[in-house]
Amino acid sequence: MKKIAVIGAGPAGIEASYILASNNFEVTLFEKSSSPLSNILDKAYLFPDFSSATELADKLSAKLLQKNIQVVLDKEIVDIKKDGDIYKLIDKEEKSHIADAVLIATGYTIFDAHRKEEYGYGIYKGVVTSLDLEKMIRHKQIFNSIGDIPSRITFLQCVGSRDEKSGNNYCSKVCCVTAVKQAIEVRKALPDAEIYIFYMDLRMWGQGFEELYREAQEKYDIRFVRGRISEASATFDGKVQIKSEDTLIGQPLKMNTDLLVLMAGMEPSQGTKTIGKNCHIGGEYQFISSQGAHIQDNLTTMEGIYVAGTAKRPMSIRDTLTDADSAAVQIMMDLGEKL
Amino acid sequence: MAVNFGYSISTTRVINFDNCDFNLLHQLEEIVPSYKRCLNCGACTATCSAQQFTKFNIRKIKSLFTSAQYDKLAKELDKCMLCGKCTLVCPRGINLRPAIMNMRKILSNK
Repeated sequence: MKKIAVIGAGPAGIEASYILASNNFEVTLFEKSSSPLSNILDKAYLFPDFSSATELADKLSAKLLQKNIQVVLDKEIVDIKKDGDIYKLIDKEEKSHIADAVLIATGYTIFDAHRKEEYGYGIYKGVVTSLDLEKMIRHKQIFNSIGDIPSRITFLQCVGSRDEKSGNNYCSKVCCVTAVKQAIEVRKALPDAEIYIFYMDLRMWGQGFEELYREAQEKYDIRFVRGRISEASATFDGKVQIKSEDTLIGQPLKMNTDLLVLMAGMEPSQGTKTIGKNCHIGGEYQFISSQGAHIQDNLTTMEGIYVAGTAKRPMSIRDTLTDADSAAVQIMMDLGEKL
Repeated sequence: MAVNFGYSISTTRVINFDNCDFNLLHQLEEIVPSYKRCLNCGACTATCSAQQFTKFNIRKIKSLFTSAQYDKLAKELDKCMLCGKCTLVCPRGINLRPAIMNMRKILSNK
C-alpha cells in the first residue's frame, strides 16, 4: 500500500486524507497543534447558508475515523527532502517520516490587524477584528468597549487585503460576504442598531452571495458606504471616530461608532511559509505556488509534492473542500494502480 | 463695527453622520421599499432624458438622499420629467419613478 503524508488537519487535509484512505492509500495526517480544524472552530455560522461551523467540524472529524488514516497531533513538519522515490518529512525535532508522496494543506492565518496602526486595533477597545466579532456572535454577547449594547456598528472591508502598505495586493475573497453574513447576525441580535459596511468593491462571487447582499440591504437595513476608512481615533466616551469619503457623493464624512469591525484578510500560515521557503515551492506573498492556474493546480513545482486549500491562495471552505477532492484525485492518478 | 477682511470662515464639507437626520430617508424607504436595493451602478443616470440637457444626476441625488444631504435636492428633482426610463433599466428593479415622486413630496413637506 502506498504511503501518503498529509500536512495540516484542516478541511483540506482531512477531506483529502479521507478520499485517499478510502482508495487504498495509507495516510498519515500531521497536525502541528493539539487538535484539528481550529480555523473552522473559531467560527459560529458559515456563509452563505448560516449553517453551524461546529456541525461541519463534527462531520469532517468523523472522516478521520476511516481506517488507513493515522492522525499525528502536535507534530510540526518544517521540511521535505526527496531521497530517490521516497520523501522524508522532517519535523521540528529533526526526526524524519517517510512517504511516497506529500500533500501540503497547511492553510492560512488571519491578517494581524495590529499592523494597520491607523485603525488602532489593540489600542482602542472599540476596534475589533472580524474574528473577534465571530467569537462574540458565537457566545451571543455583542458588547461595546464599556460593556454596553452597541447602538452603531461599522464594518470596514479590505483590512490587510488589496493594500500595498500591508504588502498584500491580493483580494482575500471571503471577507466581503463574511461582513454581510456577520452584519445580518448582528441585526438579528440587535434589531435597533445602526449597521454600516464601508467597502471599496463588493465582490459577491459565490452562489447565493449576491442574494445575501441584496437581502442585507432590503430586509436587514444594513447600510453600505463606498469608501475606505482612512483612520480611527478614540472619543472621550469610549467610542471610535472614523473618517472616510463617501465616494458616491464625493464628500468626506465622519461618524462615531460603538464598534469598528476590521475585516482582516487571509495570509499564509506560518507552516505554509516555512515549508514554502525550505522546499523552495513558495510563491507570491509566500503562499505555495501551483504549476498551473487551470490544470495542474494541485501540483507544486517539486515532483511528488501536492498542495490543496488555502496554503495556495485565499478560498472559501466550499472551494477548499473541492480543491482537496481534486488534489486527492491527482494523487490517485499519479500513484494509483493503472489499468 | 465689523471689519471686512475680504474672506470669511468656510463651512465644513465633511458630512457628520452623528448630526444627520435620516427620518426623511426612512419615510421614503417605507413607501418605496425597493429603493434600499440600489447598487449605485448609474444605469438610471446614463439613460436619463433630463441628464442629456442639464446636470441632473439621479444616481447622485439618490446617494445624497441616502446620506441625509437634503439641501438643494428639491430644486434638482424638478428637472426630472418623470418619463420612467430609469425604472426600465434598473438592474435591481427599483421602482424609481415613484421614488422620485415621493422624494419630491417628502422634501416639500420638510
